[in-house]
Amino acid sequence: MTYDTDVRVRLERDAKEIIARYPKPRSALLPLLHLVQSVDGHVTQDGIEFCAEQLGITAAQVTGVATFYTQYKHAPVGEYHVGVCINTLCAVMGGDQIWDELSEHVGVGHDEATPDGKVSLERIECNAACDFAPVMMVNWEFFDNMTPAKAKELVDDLRSGKEVLPSRGPNKLCGWKDASRVLAGFPDGRAGEGVQAGPESLRGLELAKRRGWTAPPADVDAARPDEPVRPSEVTDPPPNEPGKPIGGDVKPGTQEGRNK
Amino acid sequence: MTAQSGTTLTPILTKNWDQADSFTRAGYEREGGYTALRKALAMAPDDIVQQVKDSGLRGRGGAGFPTGMKWGFLPPSSPNPRYLVVNADESEPGTCKDIPLMMANPHVLVEGVIISSYAIKSNQAFIYVRGEVLHVIRRLHQAVAEAYEAGYLGKNILGSGFDLDVVVHSGAGAYICGEETALLDSLEGFRGQPRLKPPFPAVAGLYGGPTVINNVESIASVPSIVGNGPEWFASMGTEKSQGFGIFSLSGHVTRPGQYEAPLGITLRELLDMAGGVREGHRLKFWTPGGSSTPIFTDEHLDVPLDFESVGAAGSMLGTRALQIFDETTCVVRAVLRWSEFYAHESCGKCTPCREGTYWYKQMLKRLEAGKGEEEDLETLLDLSDNILGRSFCALGDGATSPVVSSIKLFRDEYLQHFEQGGCPFDPAKSTVWAGA
Repeated sequence: MTYDTDVRVRLERDAKEIIARYPKPRSALLPLLHLVQSVDGHVTQDGIEFCAEQLGITAAQVTGVATFYTQYKHAPVGEYHVGVCINTLCAVMGGDQIWDELSEHVGVGHDEATPDGKVSLERIECNAACDFAPVMMVNWEFFDNMTPAKAKELVDDLRSGKEVLPSRGPNKLCGWKDASRVLAGFPDGRAGEGVQAGPESLRGLELAKRRGWTAPPADVDAARPDEPVRPSEVTDPPPNEPGKPIGGDVKPGTQEGRNK
Repeated sequence: MTAQSGTTLTPILTKNWDQADSFTRAGYEREGGYTALRKALAMAPDDIVQQVKDSGLRGRGGAGFPTGMKWGFLPPSSPNPRYLVVNADESEPGTCKDIPLMMANPHVLVEGVIISSYAIKSNQAFIYVRGEVLHVIRRLHQAVAEAYEAGYLGKNILGSGFDLDVVVHSGAGAYICGEETALLDSLEGFRGQPRLKPPFPAVAGLYGGPTVINNVESIASVPSIVGNGPEWFASMGTEKSQGFGIFSLSGHVTRPGQYEAPLGITLRELLDMAGGVREGHRLKFWTPGGSSTPIFTDEHLDVPLDFESVGAAGSMLGTRALQIFDETTCVVRAVLRWSEFYAHESCGKCTPCREGTYWYKQMLKRLEAGKGEEEDLETLLDLSDNILGRSFCALGDGATSPVVSSIKLFRDEYLQHFEQGGCPFDPAKSTVWAGA
């Protein structure tokens, strides 16, 4: 099996562009593996040989790299690859229960796909969104503050073709292959979509604004700001209040209709 | 003791995050973005290095090495080109500051990259971002593209004669690539495995050339130092831990999130701002800087969160990843899960780490299931002695932190598991939806 001519021409053109970004060709290997994954859905033998040819290294050298990194898959994954964070913090906050219920509901385990090829599941490690725990990812987009019920609904919607939106991400969830293409360094034009920050990310900033806290003025010799209000002197808003509406003139995206 | 100093928050990197277009060049420039770049390009590169030294900025990726000193280690001349590499591979469990920063304000990083590259006389920079954060990668790509359009990147930047190219490089899922030399191997197209040091990257780094590798937040702090002056930066924080940092609160806290404050703020103060531990519960244990830093308890609420004080109290400031666990959480379960993480992420190069984390996993699984005895704890500590300090990089060292500190602080809880023949905790009570 090799690539059809038109696919190969396209791959070679993209590979050339990727290799040109780097002072040394071999640096292109990780993006090239993302690239072949964007065509095949996972890293196939064809993909490995293609990368090897482009870089003038052996297929064994490429395989050695491809098997090191967890984002390269060696068997087909779903059109929507669903990750549940099971690292300690998310697990404790409910990620373990989400995984158990979701895995049973979907009927597949870690790194397995549904027979219809729509969805695959993965137990993922910390994805740097701990303040939104428990966290899930679909094709590496953030789904924050999840529950078992929301997780099951999310996967049901993905399987039935209903549109779902990430908490912090574009206005349309792209497929696994399209996501891999972005990872290869080919932007899909969706950077301007979605919120700039989730409500949790803004908690400190909003508190500072409410209390009039700022960084010191640039001139350190200038008069010191008034004695700050002590935390104990301020009445707190009720816990878990939703973030304030986001200000500013430009509204590249909203949270309306999104998982919150 | 109560919070007597009344430390307040200092939004700097997070200042524009509530603006809907904060991630665009227009949004960033409306708040004064790229003015520091203009100022920097009029300065001598060595003067910028000096400013960063004078500011006291220390690496924000965990280790806390003085950034300006790191820059100063580059040899004055070398046959190979110099490189700046930004470590945006944020993956330390609990750490969640760089990802929201790059999503909401990627331009402050790009501006920092340009100024830092100019300072160290590099014409090629890389941003190595973890691959599992697609939207952050989109925002970085866009910010870099916008900077090229504006003439902030490319040839003869703003007429200064300085050239710089920046490549956003996506990783592919490997915690170890957050280790600087493993990152370099990965960026060169290999498995991400740490290199023996010396030589340090400053002497022989990417492609063997002199290389500076800095964390996202470190580089993003540079524009404010150049813009406002090193004295301004040093006016915040403590004597040896100067400046500000983003503190990330997560877990059993009423309002988890990002809180940007001077170094030296305490968890008591931060918890006060975040509404305290979730209602009806109390603090049991917490990490000051991610899972690789020994855990603390409520006895450490007033430890100033700066490099020296946290170190003196027996842990590390790390990445200021404050993971809060209340009394419903089983510490053995937490430590087992972290150990499984380290076993999964060990690159396999060094035997003590590869085998040690594997045995951690096996032993802790058994202990959590209540099938252990007190002697096993001594075996765990002995195993820890055989991991700590015996591998190329700090991954194995980090793996020992939760194990050793939890046995020290919660020995009785381990014993309870053995006495009861199982875990005495109900995991359902720890969940967000427990009692809701």
